Amino acid sequence: MSKVVLKTENLGISFGGLKAVQNLDLEIKEKQLYGLVGPNGAGKTTVFNMITGVYKPTTGKFFLDGEDLTGKGQEAINHKGIARTFQNIRLFNNMTVIRNVLVGLHNQPEFKCSMVESIFRLPRHFKTEKAMRERAKEILRIVGLEDERNNLSCNLPYGKQRKLEIARALATSPKLLCLDEPAAGMNPNETADLMSIVRRIRDEYNVTILLIEHDMKFVSGLCDEITVLNFGTVLAQGSPEVALNDPEVIKAYIGG
Amino acid sequence: MKAQKHIKWSHYINYVVIAVATIVLGALSIAGVLPASYQIILENIAIAITLAVSLSMVVGFLGELSLGHAGFMCVGAYLGGKTVYVLAPIIGEIPALICGFIVGGTLAAVCGIIIGLPALRLRGDYLAIVTLAFGEIVWSIFMNTSEKSFGGALGMPTVRIDRDYLFVIALVVVLLCLAVTQNLIRSKHGRAITSIRDNEIAARATGINVTKYKLAVFAISAFFAGVAGVLLASSNYTVQSQKFNYNYSIEILVMVVLGGMGNINGSIIAAALITFLDIKLQTVLTGELAVLQDLVYAAILIVIVIYNNAPGLKGFREKYNIKNILAKLRKKNFDPSKSRDDEAKWDRVPTKIQMDEVLSVDVQVKSPYDPDKAGKGDN
Repeated sequence: MSKVVLKTENLGISFGGLKAVQNLDLEIKEKQLYGLVGPNGAGKTTVFNMITGVYKPTTGKFFLDGEDLTGKGQEAINHKGIARTFQNIRLFNNMTVIRNVLVGLHNQPEFKCSMVESIFRLPRHFKTEKAMRERAKEILRIVGLEDERNNLSCNLPYGKQRKLEIARALATSPKLLCLDEPAAGMNPNETADLMSIVRRIRDEYNVTILLIEHDMKFVSGLCDEITVLNFGTVLAQGSPEVALNDPEVIKAYIGG
Repeated sequence: MKAQKHIKWSHYINYVVIAVATIVLGALSIAGVLPASYQIILENIAIAITLAVSLSMVVGFLGELSLGHAGFMCVGAYLGGKTVYVLAPIIGEIPALICGFIVGGTLAAVCGIIIGLPALRLRGDYLAIVTLAFGEIVWSIFMNTSEKSFGGALGMPTVRIDRDYLFVIALVVVLLCLAVTQNLIRSKHGRAITSIRDNEIAARATGINVTKYKLAVFAISAFFAGVAGVLLASSNYTVQSQKFNYNYSIEILVMVVLGGMGNINGSIIAAALITFLDIKLQTVLTGELAVLQDLVYAAILIVIVIYNNAPGLKGFREKYNIKNILAKLRKKNFDPSKSRDDEAKWDRVPTKIQMDEVLSVDVQVKSPYDPDKAGKGDN
């Protein structure tokens, strides 16, 4: 069996008296496509916010490749290898598409270049900039935005903005890529396109992908395993066919 | 070298203009043709440009509103000016001035880091208040020093460097400041800084070290403000602490805003014009008309701002925009998607941010009741 990339143990958070998420145990294996689904307000994005360091969990721990990252800051967690996209898109709007990806490449060890080297324009500055642009173009090619690279990111259509967010997250070369509703607001063609992109990313970059999605076709077509949340607790876990047909899950979605 | 094929000369036009101006005016000054009043105007313009360029790093590129720039300048003027005063009889004026730049700039940079620390927690209006308070505190401290140390209310005596060449030194400082600022902004670090301005939450999630960059920008900006302070001290016989009150900080901010946020060349032009206007008004409107100085100054500023921003004048602006006229002359319109490659303009900072964006308080980062994330998050 392949090794576990992300493991959460009894993870939970409460805001005052509200237990937003409790007793969450996840085990995501290498190169897995893992789905996190649930009705509105179930706590899915809160889980993302915990494992990317936006919130500090009040109970439990989580591990990336066996290393405890609980309570670390957002930057530190990103450096360790968890990258994310946002549900309400957060791009660098005043920058061109390629610059957005270049910011993602900022911390890669192969593109190290100190501030002094940049200010004095030492040779390494030019070498790094050139290499960074090459890499950024390569990443943009995967999500199909290479031709848009000189446009301002705020001028892109919605679907492309989502892809650009994925590209920026991918540029930080994560071990675990967290996608928050990547297909929201996309038409069926774009969704199908996105599914193939997500698969390609997983295969070419060897990343594990955790995604939140409401589009059940997308989830069941893509994910190897899912967890269904409702009111912060786990309703069902397992393969999409099994978990989505669980009577508890159907009850949570349809009522009854 | 391969990279040189893609150098865009418009990036360097400001260096060329200032360097040529320095050489020509310096030569005129040595020949004894340049009138003293112009030498003084040039000194003041160079100081204003240094201040505007350094402040535009914080306001235009980092996106934080700082109202205490005169405070950093005050630190440089007093401590650097004192260094020049003490060292000048021993090692000569010019070496003493260089020592003054280093001492004044470094101490101002230390203050910049100290004021940058709260900047990590505060945003927008709140940071503006903290920096405003800092500026007021600094000049009040020097105001209350004893006569022997920093002169107190009487002002601190300084060495007046010969005005035949002080403006040349000042313009060289401008070039240095410009080089450091532009090279930093047009690098991966500059991208990181502008990413913090555009979306701090996303910048953090992308692994940008926000703490490091905020402190670095505050320190570099304060360093050059301190150097400008030393220049100011050397262009007068005394330093008066009252000069560095919030009015002066606002004046620098006006230069940056008029020039366009995140637009270095704009800041340079605005700084030069405003300083020129200010000094000219002071010399033209004398005697009974002196009361009109501030009024005319303010009226001109209001007209410029209205001209630049009024929606009603949009058609007029576009018709007479230099860029558009040039494009028409060349008979090609600028279209980013059709341009040759990103190589040429990868380091362009594309838009000017609006003042209300700078002032708005973005989402607080660690609040668990963040409506943007906690509320809408699971829709």
